[in-house]
Amino acid sequence: MFLHNYISKLQLDAPTPWGLFFQDSASPQMEGIEELHNNIMFYLAIILFTVTWMMISMIRNFLANKSPIAHKYMNHGTLIELIWTISPAFILILIAFPSFKLLYLMDEVMDPSLVVYAEGHQWYWSYQYPDFTNEDDEFIEFDSYIVPESDLEEGQFRMLEVDNRVIIPELTHTRIVISAADVIHSYACPSLGIKADAYPGRLNQASVYINRPGTFFGQCSEICGILHSSMPIAIQSVSIKDFLLWLREQMEG
Amino acid sequence: MGAIPEADPDEVLETKPFKFVTGYDARFPQQNQTKHCWQNYVDYYKCTTAKGEDFRPCKQFYHAFRSLCPKAWTDRWDGQREAGNFPVHLDK
Repeated sequence: MFLHNYISKLQLDAPTPWGLFFQDSASPQMEGIEELHNNIMFYLAIILFTVTWMMISMIRNFLANKSPIAHKYMNHGTLIELIWTISPAFILILIAFPSFKLLYLMDEVMDPSLVVYAEGHQWYWSYQYPDFTNEDDEFIEFDSYIVPESDLEEGQFRMLEVDNRVIIPELTHTRIVISAADVIHSYACPSLGIKADAYPGRLNQASVYINRPGTFFGQCSEICGILHSSMPIAIQSVSIKDFLLWLREQMEG
Repeated sequence: MGAIPEADPDEVLETKPFKFVTGYDARFPQQNQTKHCWQNYVDYYKCTTAKGEDFRPCKQFYHAFRSLCPKAWTDRWDGQREAGNFPVHLDK
């Protein structure tokens, strides 16, 4: 990851056609997920290679015409049975420990500096920033609808761009509180490594710490009706100064 | 909306102290924060009922539920308190 930042200044923050790979991470959580994925893929490669090799060598060496009475001797072996029982258990432990570690690390919400409330509706997301109020005790509240294909401008993403993006300051611990107004939705953003279901009558929290500026896209991830595909999530991370400028404009406007 | 406004280069920026109160609460370590919001709402009105509106420590609960609860929920509970059918006795 460190090297990667030197090689390329271009970051992949949106899905690409046939993109069977991760988007570039923008938060420590997503880095943790990638790390765990690579870790598990290492075991996967070893298991795949070993099992394939065993299968092929068995088929080659114990063909009926080559060793016609193999079944007479190849019927029991305590040692090999111990090996093929204990070693998978050991590999599972090696996978489970980093997995649990990551799970509980991600679950932990540090003392957040601000709260963003995201509410799923059929079919749009609405947001509130309850920590910042004006003189009339009102806070920022807006709806975030998809930009229809006919209104897209050059360079905007089809089915991902919204009219009002969520603005979050970078390098700030943020708590996203997620709920829904009608049916179950799910709030997800791959680059940030968050995905939490949005239930009516329940508040779920997700912790976000964005470590670089950028715009990150996600989609509703729980089938919620006919326009489930048309309620994307666009999170824009800006410097704290720009965030405050935006905040002021919202409060006054 | 959505666009970041341009900064005025002549504007003098001042730094103000700013404290956030709704941090980690050991009673609610889970992902589910519904009770966290509810408990602080109840605690705030219990606190003000017992100690009066101007008792400053009550503000802690206010900031907490204000930050966590959706507006629609607190509006509904406010209505229930006024109508006298709020499901918790706030004076006990």
